[in-house]
Amino acid sequence: MTRKILILLFILIPINANALIEVDITRGNLNPLPLAVSPLSIDEESRKGFEKILKKENIGSEISNIVENNLRTSGLFNPLDKKAFLQAPDIANLKPRFEDWNLIKAQALITGKVNYVDDKLRVEFRLWDVLAAKEMMALAFTTVPNNWRRVGHIISDKVYERLTGEKGYFDTRIIYVSEEGPKTQRIKKLAIMDQDGANNKFLTLGNELVLTPRFNPASQMVTYLSYFKNMPRVYLLDIETGTQEVVGDFPGMTFAPRFSPDGKKIIMSFAKDGKSDIYTMDLENRIVEKITNHPSIDTSPSYSPDGKYITFNSDRSGYQQIYVMKNDGSDVKRISFGNGLYGTPVWSPRGDLIAFTKLHKGKFYIGVMRTDGSGERLLTENYYQEAPSWSPNGRVLIFYRETKTNSKGEGFSAKLWSIDLTGYNERQIKTPTDASDPSWSSLLSN
Amino acid sequence: MRLSKILKNTLLVLTACLVLSACATKKEVATDIQGQMQGDVYTGTDTVEYLADGVPDRVFFATNESILTTASRETLRAQAAWLRKNPNINVVLEGHADERGTREYNLALGERRANAAKDYLMTYGISSDRITVLSYGKERPVDSGSNPLAWSKNRRSVTVKAN
Repeated sequence: MTRKILILLFILIPINANALIEVDITRGNLNPLPLAVSPLSIDEESRKGFEKILKKENIGSEISNIVENNLRTSGLFNPLDKKAFLQAPDIANLKPRFEDWNLIKAQALITGKVNYVDDKLRVEFRLWDVLAAKEMMALAFTTVPNNWRRVGHIISDKVYERLTGEKGYFDTRIIYVSEEGPKTQRIKKLAIMDQDGANNKFLTLGNELVLTPRFNPASQMVTYLSYFKNMPRVYLLDIETGTQEVVGDFPGMTFAPRFSPDGKKIIMSFAKDGKSDIYTMDLENRIVEKITNHPSIDTSPSYSPDGKYITFNSDRSGYQQIYVMKNDGSDVKRISFGNGLYGTPVWSPRGDLIAFTKLHKGKFYIGVMRTDGSGERLLTENYYQEAPSWSPNGRVLIFYRETKTNSKGEGFSAKLWSIDLTGYNERQIKTPTDASDPSWSSLLSN
Repeated sequence: MRLSKILKNTLLVLTACLVLSACATKKEVATDIQGQMQGDVYTGTDTVEYLADGVPDRVFFATNESILTTASRETLRAQAAWLRKNPNINVVLEGHADERGTREYNLALGERRANAAKDYLMTYGISSDRITVLSYGKERPVDSGSNPLAWSKNRRSVTVKAN
């Protein structure tokens, strides 16, 4: 329940529709848009109030740092150095001197103000088009002070959406598997953090092996694989209450779980007698349906966003390849035909692409293809990497990468990485421990 | 019978050496082989433990395969004989894969490998009630190396006493 905090949002001024600046997000980050994130101004009384509650000297600067960091890591924006700013934050928020901001080559400007009102955090911010000397957007939020990081993420999302025309992905979380210990005896725990790595929290203790957590797109539920009592099975976890339950009553190993787009079903593999088939279980009426029926390995299922199709991994041709079928298991079609092996297909939330892992000549690639298998594009090559997960706007993929060990078997590590759909802006996401199997949540607020 | 088999295996290894020494990657392959691999199946004894005298606990597989080799079948026949002699012992067959595959597929592959071993034990008279299959995929390697020899040791099904 702690997470479900109301954030009230007011539109201060109607959004001006004919803006001049626009970021083309289809081309990658060769020319990130230069913009200035002026620290949110704060009066002395509010500053002291927040310092007492939040132990942050200047919450206005802290929030703008979050915005700045988000916009920079998107690869689409180039936040300029604050030292070059000529106008004081409070005055800039009232009326920017556009010539000054133009002088430092900022094309967009973010200003704002923070107040401490009735024990609440009130934040207003404005986005300005510097060249056109116009206000593009103005919004205000009121929430409990502890929510300050989320306010920073929501501002980032609003700015991103206003400038790119697409929804942002900053007010989101990542669930992943934290890894520690030697490669032969890894201790694995479920962990969750904000998209920018803040607020890291462990959800399990590491007593049993856990793998492949995935968010429910419609709620804060997670499905994952646990070796509880040495029985590998799919579980459901409510991250608000900590309640866990096993999914279905299968006489053997269930694995590779994912939610349907409406969050009402879990789709997964069930392995028996050397065969793995795909099943669904309805979470309301507990009805189990068998979707594939083939002596091969059928695994890693993922629904299309409209729920009508399923992409999955199968070796029915002799080797791992990617297939698409209707949601009742009919009309199975192989879609991967390039050189090498293909695994972990994941349908984009936009519906147009399937991300995958490819193994070819001893290298692992993360790539995307259209849902009919055409237009294959490899985004990144490495010794070992797999398991892409989409940002909710379908622009960024997060995955994990493992290093090769030396001749003594030392030097193993597993880390989370993200890359833009264009293949640009590859970056490591810092985690307190080694990490794998990331899954991106939906936007927490809309 | 047995001698002819040994001779045949030796011949195979010899032929393999001859073929391999002719190719460019001779050095790398030669260090891997040294009597420890045949094709890419591990044939060494480094990691092997014994359920009883003369009863090895594990069998090894080729990349992406779950087919039992001649040596694996011999090991499993020894395990079946030992299980027949000890009717109170139940076993868990733990199937594993190497690190060069995606996690979910490897879980399925480990299950398929352990089942290949289970099926063979059953054909030698061991009831399926006494056998549990468990896949670890690539989660529990015995060798942390990133090289073909290490991977060959990790592609395995291990028979573990359950009681």
